Amino acid sequence: MNGLQFEALLPYTLLAAASLVVILLIAFRLSHTVIQITGFILMCAVMVALLQASALLPVAIYPIFQIDGFALLFTGLLVLCVMVVGLFSFIYFEEREENPKEYYILLFLGTLGAAVLSISSHFISLFIGLELLSVSLYALIAYLRNRNNAVEAGIKYLVLAAISSAFLLFGMAMIYMETGSMEFATIAKKLQTSNGHSILFITGTGMMVVAIGFKLALAPFHLWAADVYEGAPTPVTAFIATASKIGVFAVLLRFFQTIGLSNYPMVITVFLVLAVASMIIGNLLALRQQNLKRLLAYSSIAHFGYLLVAFLPGNAAGVQVAVFYLLSYSITLLIAFGVITLLSSREQDTGDLALFRGLFWKKPVTAAVLTLALLSLAGIPLTGGFLAKFFVLATGAQQQLWFPVTVLVITSVIGLYYYLRVISTLFGEAVPTPVKKTLHPFFYLTTYTSLIVMVVLLCWLGTFPNDVIEYINRQLLIR
Amino acid sequence: MILVWMIGILLAGGFLCWLLARWNTQLSKWAALLSLAAGLLIVGSVAWQYGDTVRSQATWLIDYRINWIPAFGISFHVAIDGLSLVLLLLTFFLGLLAVLCSWNEIRERTGFYFFNLLWTLAGISGVFMAMDLFLFYFFWEVMLVPMYFLIAIWGDSNRRYAAYKFFIFTQAGGLLMLLAILALYFVNATQSGVYTFDYFDLLNVSLAPETARWIMAGFLIAFAVKLPVVPFHNWLPDAHSEAPTAGSLILAGLLLKTGAYGIIRFVLTLFPQAAADIAWWAMLFGAVGIVYGAMLAYAQTDLKRLIAYTSVSHMGFVLLGVFAFREIALQGVIMQLLTHGIGTGALFAMAGMLKERLHTRDIEKMGGLWSAMPAMGGMALLFTMASLGLPMLGSFIAEFLILLGTFPVQPALTSIATLGLIFAALYSLRMMQKVFLGPVKGASPPKDLTPRELIIMATLGISMVLLGLFPQPILDMVKMTVHQ
Repeated sequence: MNGLQFEALLPYTLLAAASLVVILLIAFRLSHTVIQITGFILMCAVMVALLQASALLPVAIYPIFQIDGFALLFTGLLVLCVMVVGLFSFIYFEEREENPKEYYILLFLGTLGAAVLSISSHFISLFIGLELLSVSLYALIAYLRNRNNAVEAGIKYLVLAAISSAFLLFGMAMIYMETGSMEFATIAKKLQTSNGHSILFITGTGMMVVAIGFKLALAPFHLWAADVYEGAPTPVTAFIATASKIGVFAVLLRFFQTIGLSNYPMVITVFLVLAVASMIIGNLLALRQQNLKRLLAYSSIAHFGYLLVAFLPGNAAGVQVAVFYLLSYSITLLIAFGVITLLSSREQDTGDLALFRGLFWKKPVTAAVLTLALLSLAGIPLTGGFLAKFFVLATGAQQQLWFPVTVLVITSVIGLYYYLRVISTLFGEAVPTPVKKTLHPFFYLTTYTSLIVMVVLLCWLGTFPNDVIEYINRQLLIR
Repeated sequence: MILVWMIGILLAGGFLCWLLARWNTQLSKWAALLSLAAGLLIVGSVAWQYGDTVRSQATWLIDYRINWIPAFGISFHVAIDGLSLVLLLLTFFLGLLAVLCSWNEIRERTGFYFFNLLWTLAGISGVFMAMDLFLFYFFWEVMLVPMYFLIAIWGDSNRRYAAYKFFIFTQAGGLLMLLAILALYFVNATQSGVYTFDYFDLLNVSLAPETARWIMAGFLIAFAVKLPVVPFHNWLPDAHSEAPTAGSLILAGLLLKTGAYGIIRFVLTLFPQAAADIAWWAMLFGAVGIVYGAMLAYAQTDLKRLIAYTSVSHMGFVLLGVFAFREIALQGVIMQLLTHGIGTGALFAMAGMLKERLHTRDIEKMGGLWSAMPAMGGMALLFTMASLGLPMLGSFIAEFLILLGTFPVQPALTSIATLGLIFAALYSLRMMQKVFLGPVKGASPPKDLTPRELIIMATLGISMVLLGLFPQPILDMVKMTVHQ
């Protein structure tokens, strides 16, 4: 490895080092506050390293990693998400008085896994990244082990994730058998020469799609989503909904583009079916949910269905739109889960919609923030969610994909109903709630500040997206 | 730039109201009133300044354009011609009265209420001046969300249901319009190689008849829901009857007008051929709407629902007139937009005042109110007469011009539409009789109009009579637009 490669890989090395630092801190100075602050600083350092590295790109660490503008965007997004999740974790775990220190090790390891996914260009790195992510998640989901539904959620995720990993490995093996290579670029080359319509390759890809579909909670592989979202501690739910999905989506995009899967009508049909099914099932199942965390689980199934519509054409415009979509989607979901974290009590997470009744008249700022997030999910103008959905529609319309686009429009109208239901609950008549034990105001301040900053960002994305779009375009050209 | 100020003053005023209400609710009411008065002054001065130009030249009066999202060819492009100007005048005029209407009605969460009221008005003004289709859609949605809150928070007992229905109906139509806009955008891009949402560029696009029909359908559904055209009118009675008084006033007076404006501005100009192809059907729906709305209005016992159905009937005239493709009918349509806004707005304001006093909207529980409140009775008589189209009042001019314009084109349908006028007399007189005449019901006689209420009703009444006696200035203003 030469100096250039080392420098380009530095953000990822730092991420790995972050978990080691936390381990050492636990050994020497066991204080939640110190760990929290150190973790935050380390994540800032990763961001700085990313910005430093962006001047050197693209750098390939042959054959397993490909660090380019695309990877940089996804890693940056991931690290930002984890920073926010880390902030939320403090007040959440401090209140529960369980030992929260190891939590941060797992969180950073999971992030490392997701980040490795975004730079991997080889089956080995793909698999290592995915397993790093999954194994951290098993423990993270069941972290509050005294709660029944946390353990249930953890077991559920463990069993299903293990099966999906098996599918992934089997699929990889088939593709390897067909092409004799595990590196994306070489596979693409082999396929070009051997007119690649072999059954082995198609079956292998199908197997891999099952595994990816599971990780992204696309219908019909979505069965774990609602239970895991509900059972996991809220910051972990936020992590699953954002960072873990971003990482997996990044590797999917890279694999899809390098291999040129858009040339296989069969594969396109499969993704079309997944997209349409996710949009319909996600939105329909969300209609009757009484728990906000479950509702958001189904809503995120639907949102990945929308995202796949932009992904279907397999062109550069699609990638650009996908990045913008993920950005606005992550900000929105982080806001929503942040609000849930803030409102959660020691005994249980505030998921039940009845607990949100009349929130606007008790805590206007918190409720306004949540309202904006929900409006963004519903795709109402002035928020990032609207422009994201608009860009997806535009990409679909450009490629004349009228069928999925129409499904998107119809299902978003259905989706509107449940977002409005939550909003009208927020504005309903207030019911008295018990007063919570208060922590040091500093941490409420940071949480509130991060929420407000994210809301401002969301509205900024929704009104002046030009800078962001141009930045994304510039970065995507580095390859 | 002055157009941006019009919207900006409402948006900023909305925030100000919200903030001020923390200290003093009275202050927030005044802030709302003043920002609307300032807006009305600006529009008035524009109308004064361009009074002559608009009569003689067909040019756009004011045109302002800056890039917004150049990557997608989206610009912030606002412009007004005579039609927009007239509707903007109506917007600020009714907006001002809406604030006055809610002066005492809204006792809770006043700041947030005025925030929503002003933002709805900002969205409506934006719709009337946006010349970029993306921007148009943007404002179309901006007026929707605050209106949803107005109904859902300050509405009557069944407000949740009404608010959902309103939002989902309009949003469904809106999203179809968005698809149609995108389709038009890409058709234009393949033809001219320029990616733009600009109205004036899209006017030049030439469409195959089949494509034009599909794209127009997207636009037309959104506008038909808003107008509303009969099979899509379902949301209207619920929304109107559950909304607070000012909400009903804005819904009937302004929101419905955005649908008509959309048809005139976009459907007729972007797809002239496709629109001509469906003209007969559209006029049929218009005529059906007139009769159907009137019949249902006759059957209502809820005062606000009754008035809501008269809107369905009156908007049928709009649809009928627009698709006649005759200058005179179109002039009638624009008059109808104004007079319906004023007349129905006044009736809703009156229903709100009655509700405040009697705590009911059921006309079976009212009766003989004239003896207790002669002033309101007199005002009510004026607006009832306007609603049934009595000469000397604005609605007469409007409906007469529409019927005059459509008769040579479709005599049969026009005859059916004329029947609507008879039904209008029936339902209007029934309402008047049940509420103000007959034996006195209820124990204590309610108070007559307060000075504030008298100002509202008198302003509306005077403008109604003025429009009936001197419609020419308005017709002059829109002459060039209609001519095109």
